[in-house]
Amino acid sequence: MEAVRFDNVIFSYREDGKEPAVNGVSLSIEEGEFVAVLGRNGSGKSTLAKLINALLLPSSGKVTVFGMDTANEKQTFEIRKSAGMVFQNPDNQTVASIVEDDVAFGPENIGVPREEIGKRIDFALDAVGMREYRTATPSRLSGGQKQRIAIAGVLAILPKIMILDESTAMLDPKGRREVMDVVRKLNRERGMTVILITHFVDEALQADRAIVMHRGEVVMDGQPEEIFSRSEELETYNLTLPRAAYVCKKLQEAGMPVKNAFTAEELAEAICELLQKV
Amino acid sequence: MLNDVTFGQYYPAESFVHRMDPRAKIVFVIAYIVAIFLAENFFGLAAVTLFLIVAVLFSRVPFGRVLRSVKMILFLIIFTAVLNLFFYSSGKELHILWQWKFITISWEAIINMIFLAMRLFLLVMGTSILTLTTTPVALTDGIESLLKPLKYIKFPVHELALIMSIALRFIPTLMDETNRIVSAQKARGANFETGGLIKRAKAMIPVLVPLLVSAFRRAEDLGDAMDARCYSGAKGRTKYKKLTFSWRDLIGLILFAGLIAGIVLLNIYFGGKFAVFDWINGNFLV
Repeated sequence: MEAVRFDNVIFSYREDGKEPAVNGVSLSIEEGEFVAVLGRNGSGKSTLAKLINALLLPSSGKVTVFGMDTANEKQTFEIRKSAGMVFQNPDNQTVASIVEDDVAFGPENIGVPREEIGKRIDFALDAVGMREYRTATPSRLSGGQKQRIAIAGVLAILPKIMILDESTAMLDPKGRREVMDVVRKLNRERGMTVILITHFVDEALQADRAIVMHRGEVVMDGQPEEIFSRSEELETYNLTLPRAAYVCKKLQEAGMPVKNAFTAEELAEAICELLQKV
Repeated sequence: MLNDVTFGQYYPAESFVHRMDPRAKIVFVIAYIVAIFLAENFFGLAAVTLFLIVAVLFSRVPFGRVLRSVKMILFLIIFTAVLNLFFYSSGKELHILWQWKFITISWEAIINMIFLAMRLFLLVMGTSILTLTTTPVALTDGIESLLKPLKYIKFPVHELALIMSIALRFIPTLMDETNRIVSAQKARGANFETGGLIKRAKAMIPVLVPLLVSAFRRAEDLGDAMDARCYSGAKGRTKYKKLTFSWRDLIGLILFAGLIAGIVLLNIYFGGKFAVFDWINGNFLV
């Protein structure tokens, strides 16, 4: 089933409609897909995310989530129930001083009965591996842990789509790995549709599909491997290759006939293969 | 894991008083204040003191911690006590001990001073038991629940409670931020340590402005995050945490009823506060 659909969407933050942040985007995301949206600062990727759950409404064009038009105010609530969103700064999206109260916030808002909320908190904290922190204070946790709590807070609403708007940007490498592990697990094991907005190209390798945005437009759309094999084009959008892919490319340029590789593991394998031949 | 709400003066412990319903505790503190002001003689205050000691014992908070709360208003207590000592008048004839120009010290003034100081002491110590044994979060929940009837006169109880809990939640965040900005300004050569009061106050401006700007940005982010999590006001909202009135609160209720009844009886039996023996003249000062 089609989860998200953009039909020629234009959005501008300015009242006169000039300098649109999103300029004529059309795309479709299927249920269960793991999509990474790449782009440098100001490319319109965060705006794209906010258009999905009706935090922003398109100036022209149409955004639908499971067939529901985001411009229809009566459906805003349902859209937000099915498309949860995790933001960049973990400190600015926690509402309560205790983890379980914060996770409960979403279910409380949609009127889930009390006993059921307790079960959902268990489920959500289990899914992000933070069960033992149920009564802890978020301000004492690490960035990665805080962000996992934020994911749990969204999960407790039981959405079908999870949008991560640069949710790893403020984290250290360890926290980033923690969050990415949780997200990948949600996608693989629960079939959650994931839309990952990021400027870390390495993260896009975990996705099934990568979309590159530049000046409000979708300029590349395809499998991550396919996109990263077009490195010259990527460079024009100020994006670099994932580290391993970059090393691989440099090796090829230096005359070493290694196969195309994108992750460290793949690169190691390619080099081993080559060495065995020698 | 750990329930560490470190700001405020919450003293984490597992005790009878800690486990009481925050609503009950708030009501009890009000009853306690009423009891203090109801008491007209030292026997009444003695009863309140006894009650306070029992409450502290059951709260497992060290007496030192409770006493520390008095430190902040010690000056106020001494100030009112001294004023009362020198300028007491009741319209009746006083047993004057010492007189100099318009300043007089009488037996009644001394007794009145002791009485007032005791009242203030008991007041502060009793109310501090509430904040020592209740987390700010529980306190907010309790206040929300107690104010619920005001909903019928369109008072935004839920919004008020949410504002309070978000404010509490952001205290540590904004404290961290303040420290960061202070460090950043120090690194650029700002001086917060020397100079007079005005100079120091002025030095705080480069700290306050970025703090305010960032607070607004955070507020906007938080608003988006709340929207994304389907927040739409109190309507149709359920509540996960439920406060329950337990046997502990019932015992508290009985004790408080006993205290107030006892004080009223002591008032009737012994009368006003000067039912005190005058050691010099060997009679009662009434």
